[in-house]
Amino acid sequence: MSRLRARPGALLLSLLAILCAVIWAFPLYWAIVTSLKPEYDVVRPGLHLLPSVWTLAGYFYVFAHTPIGHWYLNSLATSVLVTALVIGMSACCGYAISQLRFHGRRLLFAMILASFMVPIQALMITHFILMNDFGMVDRWGGVILPQLIVPVAVIVYKQFFDSIPREFREAALVDGAGEFRLFARVYLPMNWGITTALAIITFIAAWNNFLWPFLVTSTDRSMTVTVGIVQVHDAFGVQYARNMAAAVLAALPVAVAYLIFQRRVTEAVMLSAGIKG
Amino acid sequence: MAGAQSAPVVRQARASADRAPVRSASAADPRARRRAGHGRVALVFVAPFLLAYLVLFIYPSLRMLQLSFTNAPLIGAGHFTGAHNYLRLLRDHMFQGAVVHTGYFVLLTVIPTTVLGLAIALMVARLRGWLQSIILACFFLPYILPVTVVTQIWQWMFDLQFGIAQRLLRLIDPHGIAVFHNPVWAMPMLALVTIWWTNGFNVLLFIAGLRNIPTDFYDASALDGAGRIAQFRHITWPLIWPVTALVLTIQLILQLKIFDQVYLLTQGGPFNSTYVLVQYIYHQAFVLNHGGYGAAVAVFLFVLIVAFSVLQYQLLRLRGER
Repeated sequence: MSRLRARPGALLLSLLAILCAVIWAFPLYWAIVTSLKPEYDVVRPGLHLLPSVWTLAGYFYVFAHTPIGHWYLNSLATSVLVTALVIGMSACCGYAISQLRFHGRRLLFAMILASFMVPIQALMITHFILMNDFGMVDRWGGVILPQLIVPVAVIVYKQFFDSIPREFREAALVDGAGEFRLFARVYLPMNWGITTALAIITFIAAWNNFLWPFLVTSTDRSMTVTVGIVQVHDAFGVQYARNMAAAVLAALPVAVAYLIFQRRVTEAVMLSAGIKG
Repeated sequence: MAGAQSAPVVRQARASADRAPVRSASAADPRARRRAGHGRVALVFVAPFLLAYLVLFIYPSLRMLQLSFTNAPLIGAGHFTGAHNYLRLLRDHMFQGAVVHTGYFVLLTVIPTTVLGLAIALMVARLRGWLQSIILACFFLPYILPVTVVTQIWQWMFDLQFGIAQRLLRLIDPHGIAVFHNPVWAMPMLALVTIWWTNGFNVLLFIAGLRNIPTDFYDASALDGAGRIAQFRHITWPLIWPVTALVLTIQLILQLKIFDQVYLLTQGGPFNSTYVLVQYIYHQAFVLNHGGYGAAVAVFLFVLIVAFSVLQYQLLRLRGER
């Protein structure tokens, strides 16, 4: 009886949720549709939710008139390297803190926890000075190095290694395995799920990073696509089909990564926020 | 992505740190005795992270503090000037303006995005299966986009001549409104863009929180004749409050660090009405070449955010103990 009464309200709420979702996603739809219109169509008076002519002219223009391929390569290389280094360092460090006994273990752990609070943006001046000392301004290395400090990944690994039953460790030690084999053959493979999840969000964060690459890159030698597409805007003026084509291209890798690994991405976001979903 | 969003991890992790580390094996095993300490092996495991941490985190932090007591340019040496930079901050109207604008931006984003996140989560959590996945993706997708893509999209949406959002704004002003060139509209619209961009994260946290509320509570209260509003007031709200507090504090710390959207959409204008703290650091150090003074502003931001983080930690710990 009560269920029957609740139905119209429930249906209305569902429709409201769908409506809100459509409104929320509309700017994304609008960007993609605009990128597929000819320029004259973009500025045609009236509301046109679909192009009158479908075209990839905007994309061809961006490829032909900007070094976007170069920016893509820079983004890909720096993001992949940041991801690999962050995951490697964090897994090793998390393993040591979780499984090994050594002097300064607690101090190291406390330092990592304390560093959660520090806003990396505040370090931009000294990071720049440091990269200048290293001769890495406008180089891949300069883009990569300051992005390597991701203390939360160490903590996530530590917690997962903590949760592995001790029997695995004892059995492997009895079989004569060393710490390195134990780490590489037992502990890491048990956590592939967490490794993938962390890797994906580290990659997305590195790809999306704006402030630091913006400061440290100045030429196409190291400029990432996230920074580069702003130059496209400056160069094109009000050619919105081209602007949107450049934006779609810049967003494509992370959007695809998210849509493929949706569950992993949300899992990793939850983990780093400290709530297990 | 995972910047300031980690306080509860800290809490859990700190609790687990107090536990004794896992012993390598039982004491009876002779191999175990040899492995009682892992000093050398541990050093190999820890070295890469530790090296990066010392060179890229500890050293720059200390260097920043040292720099803030000098009149150094961005690159090059300067003279020690004592607390001069800090005293200058007290008299600097641009700096005070930046603090005020940052506070205004925090006000415009933190509470609205939390309320909106909860409202959307309540709507989405009721749905099931593929419909829920699709709708959740609609809300979450903007969060994973690069900031430049977000600002490009909204620049197009709000374009004075051809932007589709101007159709709505013409209801207010028949000529349309150049929102990012209007001192009244600029900051609220920056807040709108920011909320659109980042709200998916909050929705996700709230949905996880709602899933943790046992359905029995609702069933039992329904038997007692509680309506939806009564259920929300007496079950959902008190049980979701911890997540709400978490989202509020995460957002507060995050939005204090606002820079990218402002720089890309308004450059701090019009008439400096959207000039924010991080932008002031950038401007002093990288545009005016005042490394020392920029570092002093950075130290201020550093202290401000650490203070709020400690507050957040205390708040969450209180919650945990209750």
